[in-house]
Amino acid sequence: MASHEAVSIPGATESVWSGGASPYAVVPKKLGMWLFILSDAITFAALIVAYSYVRVASENWPRPFALWPSIVNATVMTVVLLTSSVTMVMAVRAAKLEMRKAAAGWMVATLSGGILFDILHVREWLGLIDEGVRLFKNPWGAPMFGASFFALTGLHMLHVTIGVVYLAVVAACIARGKLTSDDVEVSGLYWHFVDLVWMFLFPLIYLMSAKTA
Amino acid sequence: MAEAHAPTAHAQHAPQGFIRKYIFSLDHKVIGKQYYFLALFSVFVGLLLSILMRWHLVWPDAHIPLLDKLSPVGAPGGLMTPEYYLSLMTMHGTIMIFFVLTTAPQSGFGNYFLPIQIGAEDMAFPRLNMLSFWVTLAALLTLLSSFFVSDGPPLAGWTAYPPLSAVGSVSGPGEGLGQDLWVISIALFCVGALLGALNFIATTLELRTRGMKLMRLPLTCWAWFITAIVGLLSFAVLFAAGVLLLLDRVGGTSFFVPAGLIVSDKILSNHSGGSPLLYQHLFWFFGHPEVYIAILPGMGITSHILSCFSRKPIFGYRAMTYSLMAIGFLSFTVWGHHMFVSGMSPYTAFAFSVMTMAIGVPSAIKTFNWLGTLWGGRLRLTTAMLFSIGFVSLFVSGGLSGLFLAQPPVDVNLHATYFVVGHFHLVMGVAAIFAMFGGTFYWFPKMFGRMMNETLGKIHFWLTFVGVYAIFMPMHYLGVEGNVRRYSTFIDDFMQPLLPVHKFMSIWAFIVGGAQLIFIFNLFWSMFKGEKAGINPWESTSLEWTVPSPPPHDNFAGKIPVVYHGPYEYGVPGAEKDYIMQDSPEVVAESH
Repeated sequence: MASHEAVSIPGATESVWSGGASPYAVVPKKLGMWLFILSDAITFAALIVAYSYVRVASENWPRPFALWPSIVNATVMTVVLLTSSVTMVMAVRAAKLEMRKAAAGWMVATLSGGILFDILHVREWLGLIDEGVRLFKNPWGAPMFGASFFALTGLHMLHVTIGVVYLAVVAACIARGKLTSDDVEVSGLYWHFVDLVWMFLFPLIYLMSAKTA
Repeated sequence: MAEAHAPTAHAQHAPQGFIRKYIFSLDHKVIGKQYYFLALFSVFVGLLLSILMRWHLVWPDAHIPLLDKLSPVGAPGGLMTPEYYLSLMTMHGTIMIFFVLTTAPQSGFGNYFLPIQIGAEDMAFPRLNMLSFWVTLAALLTLLSSFFVSDGPPLAGWTAYPPLSAVGSVSGPGEGLGQDLWVISIALFCVGALLGALNFIATTLELRTRGMKLMRLPLTCWAWFITAIVGLLSFAVLFAAGVLLLLDRVGGTSFFVPAGLIVSDKILSNHSGGSPLLYQHLFWFFGHPEVYIAILPGMGITSHILSCFSRKPIFGYRAMTYSLMAIGFLSFTVWGHHMFVSGMSPYTAFAFSVMTMAIGVPSAIKTFNWLGTLWGGRLRLTTAMLFSIGFVSLFVSGGLSGLFLAQPPVDVNLHATYFVVGHFHLVMGVAAIFAMFGGTFYWFPKMFGRMMNETLGKIHFWLTFVGVYAIFMPMHYLGVEGNVRRYSTFIDDFMQPLLPVHKFMSIWAFIVGGAQLIFIFNLFWSMFKGEKAGINPWESTSLEWTVPSPPPHDNFAGKIPVVYHGPYEYGVPGAEKDYIMQDSPEVVAESH
């Protein structure tokens, strides 16, 4: 390599990496959301590693989830969350087409899915607590079952709840013409990520602990 | 979509009120200074704690004045208890690692100079930037408040290993509320660090001005960028570990506590099923990248300063960037070398050992490139330059002992001794501090519009440089002799013959501590009384030296620069001066 590189005049032939442009053709906040998702995914990954560690290290890990009502309930929750991802896609599409009212409507449908998910989940929690499951106690076996269950699903539920508030704010602003379709898309990224995390938690927490005959 | 990016926050007028301008500011320059002064305050707290420790180590019967005012329980009559010694050690480590080494070189200098050096008007997310500073400040205040709770600050070390840190006040003073405050503080710090990292990455990728190709970025920007990536991927894991540790402490769970544990002669019956090793894995998955978070910005700053004051292009610019990337990547593969004595399959230890030694390769590339930059240069031995050469010296001295510790059989002998203390203080602690001093002397004119006093700077440098070697080199010999670390006194066992060495180190610690007052005086005196600085007092080439000192609110007064050159065009044959600014359209015949 020459010690002093030749001067090149910036112009049309420059690549998007040469500065003055967004190399991924995205607005900064979209990149920011992707980066947040990356780090949040790592936090969840660390928690799942901790869960698998204590599960493998414990004797008689409980498998309390019967097909009815637990697995069915969790399946319904999964379907609700997946459906809300579809409505979120519709919201982003509507926003791109400048159909602001429609976008807000689809977002309300999405956050309703989140609320329904939360309600079903809280009901599930209350049922387990009623059966005697605590953070560090349960009637069936290894006490760490409750800790890992509540920690993982609790953190996920917190994400869903934050997402509901986030979507509500964006929907209200979109309806009033304040934000752009980029903001809808960025909130959609978050929502799909929360959905994706559940796609890991559902088999790891519920299906692997399903009651076997 | 190669449209020019819209300026983010600063398209509007500069805020006028004091609060919006200096306190809740969105301006990256103000936020950078806020981080800098937060770290400056923290480093003096941390320094004071270390002086108290060195004092007690060699004069264990000494009554330290005023210490009983701070903690009547921990230091009755000014005589500190062994537990209080450990508390001071814990707070020293936590404050220095998180609030100094992680904060000043990255969040302080990075916030101030990354946007200017890439030709941007601000960071990508000014609001997140402000938020990350205030979250970091809240974390610091939370941590410091543990000094004032009834049973004092935690004593589980900056690593907060369970079970000690997880089972509550039964394991010692400070392990009640003090340790809770520690965990909350660190969790908050993680949030601030993640927001900061996200901002740095997005800014570097999205906001470079026209012509600022990746291979024209100053090495400071490369270092901040890669540090931000490492931080984004590692603080997320520490956050998870913190959440689980807090659950163990306040929720009564046992992620990190095994069954049948005996603490203070009592069997803990309320815990079972967890593993302290799980915490160590999670912690060091963060903890090892963390030491590179501390040192990488220092490497960038050092490269930048060495090239400028050698009046030569940096030797091997591409090798410098690739070795930064290699170190960043490898930092995630070596965490197990902190756990050789914790219980580990020899095969796993071997793998971690090999990866650890592999980091020596990019580190050596950097070292030789620094030497290659100095070689044959027309050296200008300013204070900034002296500190940068000092950085290289300390990095080599501290790094070589890392190769010893990377060998599991050697580490088993040295792990719990002063050898490790000497190693990490030289290579990570003091080296990074030297980079901060170098950065301060180099950028002070730009930040405050005045020059720092060079005479005072050089006196400060030589006292500090000789002093830190006098403190930390003997630690290696002590370690080889088997001098155990984390003990509060050495009066009654086989370590007593080593006490004169400790006295030597303590006296030097007091001298070095005192020498820092010269720096503080120089800093604040120069801020108000220093000689006025021009736009480019060091004849540097990067973009911050094209704008007034200090820069206007939007950095470039609306005239966004276009970049034509790499950042290290010094000593260019055939050029008008002996350097070419990055934004100068001057064309020089290519010299192959």
